[in-house]
Amino acid sequence: MRVALFATCVNDAVYPSTAIATVKVLERLGVRVDFPAAQTCCGQPQYNTGYRRATEPLVRRMARAFEGYDHVVAPSGSCVAMVRDNYPRIGRKAYAEGRGSALTDVADSLVPRTYELTEFLVDVLGVTDVGAHFPHRVTYHPSCHGLRMLGLGERPRRLLEAVRGLELVELPGAEECCGFGGTFAVKNADVSTAMGADKVRNSLSTGADVLCGADNSCLMHIGGMLRRQDAPQRALHIAEILASTEEEPLV
Amino acid sequence: MSGTYLGMPAFPKAAHEAVRNDTLRANLRHATHTIRDKRAVAVAELDDWTELREAGKQIKDHTLSRLDHYLVQLEESVTAAGGTVHWAAYADEANRIVADLVKATGEGDTGKREVVKVKSMATQEIGLNEALEAEGIAAYETDLAELIVQLGEDRPSHILVPAIHRNRGEIRDIFRSEMEKWGRAAPEGLTDSPAELAEAARLHLREKFLRAKVGISGANFMVAETGTMVVVESEGNGRMCLTLPETLISVVGIEKIVPTWRDLEVFLQTLPRSSTAERMNPYTSMWTGTTDADGPEAFHLVLIDNGRTDTLADEVGRQALRCIRCSACLNVCPVYERAGGHAYGSVYPGPIGAILTPQLRGTASEIDASLPYASSLCGACYDVCPVAIDIPEVLVHLREKVAEHGGPGHRLEKAAIKAAGWVLDHPGVLAAGERVAAKTRRLHPKKLRGPGASQWTDSRDLPEMPAEPFRDWWKKNRT
Repeated sequence: MRVALFATCVNDAVYPSTAIATVKVLERLGVRVDFPAAQTCCGQPQYNTGYRRATEPLVRRMARAFEGYDHVVAPSGSCVAMVRDNYPRIGRKAYAEGRGSALTDVADSLVPRTYELTEFLVDVLGVTDVGAHFPHRVTYHPSCHGLRMLGLGERPRRLLEAVRGLELVELPGAEECCGFGGTFAVKNADVSTAMGADKVRNSLSTGADVLCGADNSCLMHIGGMLRRQDAPQRALHIAEILASTEEEPLV
Repeated sequence: MSGTYLGMPAFPKAAHEAVRNDTLRANLRHATHTIRDKRAVAVAELDDWTELREAGKQIKDHTLSRLDHYLVQLEESVTAAGGTVHWAAYADEANRIVADLVKATGEGDTGKREVVKVKSMATQEIGLNEALEAEGIAAYETDLAELIVQLGEDRPSHILVPAIHRNRGEIRDIFRSEMEKWGRAAPEGLTDSPAELAEAARLHLREKFLRAKVGISGANFMVAETGTMVVVESEGNGRMCLTLPETLISVVGIEKIVPTWRDLEVFLQTLPRSSTAERMNPYTSMWTGTTDADGPEAFHLVLIDNGRTDTLADEVGRQALRCIRCSACLNVCPVYERAGGHAYGSVYPGPIGAILTPQLRGTASEIDASLPYASSLCGACYDVCPVAIDIPEVLVHLREKVAEHGGPGHRLEKAAIKAAGWVLDHPGVLAAGERVAAKTRRLHPKKLRGPGASQWTDSRDLPEMPAEPFRDWWKKNRT
């Protein structure tokens, strides 16, 4: 089984600890992971802001970077949703514009092989207990693209519940958007902030010391608000919790 | 607040005020959460919800794909049943037709011309009340919430609950000060109890129903095979307007057609459950042309296009025409909940408004060009839509159109996207950039200036940059 890590651009540049944690979890479970250096960005920010044509070179790059791998695993729900939901659309539109089927071929090839991390762990590896240890009170925010586009459902919670020492507490209004939304966060900063403030209030009401999610872009927004308030809670990607063990605890 | 939407500021500017209005935020939060929770219960009762949703989608898509055929069939059916069909390509034309029809009835030739109205999105869309007023015709809204909006010289902020932004105390104050200017005054000592407010509205409206010679409505559905119009409502005011006047004029968008009577079976289940969370709405009025000694003696149907055929021409955008105006998408939308309906600058607010308005009106104005961006693309709207309109898909599609058009700010954005695209297509350059960012991390300020950056750091800290990018860690540790 040839498995490639799609780290995502945000994790590569800003949250390498999440990508490192993903490697460690997968390796601990006996998976040989590769990181094809030709990868950069899935093109989600460009596409969702209305620049479909500017996204196409990145779609082709994704296809080249991950050619030949059985599975492509990314610690980001929204980047996987970009591949799964929007790559076929990009292909269809290019075809309709008389530019051939090269991009639909990319989508056909990548979509069935691309997995979000918790999906890969639960569905492909068939594991919920990854041998992690993390003695903290944790609440889980299911980011919208993972929740609604990928239908991750209970997978992240099942993984967290199996972590030794971890107390999982329900987040009120969990399924409501945190307000990040990519460029929405700056184009509609007031509404984005109002949504984020409600998310932070709900999260702090749980008394958890960690707000966990599967999408660092959302966590950058929520975590940025938590830090601005000097709140006694930090935002943390689920991969980093799953990577934490008694021998090698996350600090 | 004026009754028109012209000259509205762009969505972010309008929302800037709304998110700071604590009363509005509390009113909206309470109302939308109550309706959304009830809707979830009402929908969960049906085992075949998924099938009903798919059926509704397919009926609408089929009808839209043969709209020309069904419109002609509808005209024949309505005419055969004793009605008269009028065609209006634009709002002005529709308003002109209605005004002329009202005058032709002789209504108010000696005094004041008056009409009573059933709540209708189509007549709000074309600005009918204002057009009639300019012709000396007073149009009275008879839906309770529309009455509140009209008396308060306000604008509706929700498709189904137009006065959702008002609380009971505000409504009492409006009734006390405004009712007497329009007709029967509010009772002495009116309180803010719902029963008393409803009774005040009932007394005020009753004299209008009994006096009116002309009623104006929209329609939720039009059945092509029979020429039947359908209005669903909750208060009974619709039934009064549709049956008491001598002349009934219905103004309906051309996309409201269903081919057969049997098709209603689907929508009469999905619409009430999605909108008011009821198994069946309290009043379902159906009428087919005219009937001797029963209801209006004259029936006119004014069919309006007003941007609909342009919308139909767009392969991705046309799904917005499936909309049955249930407003479930408004009630689950986190952006609507914070910004309120007025910020959308249209009679169609919320997620559906953000995709319908820029298609019906185009994206030339500042507000219309900003609407496709008034969403975090969270997808909650798509989940609840009873005709499966993929609103996020259409939003992104419309963003593409706006960006292509190159409105204010988009030239700079386009240049930035192009530059970023080049970097992202050159991993070596990207890695070098990531290294520079990591090496200089101690120098990064907490707050930034400039477009885009300050909008981030005004409310959120920037993440601390790591000591090295992941690709460098990989190179050192795994290769």
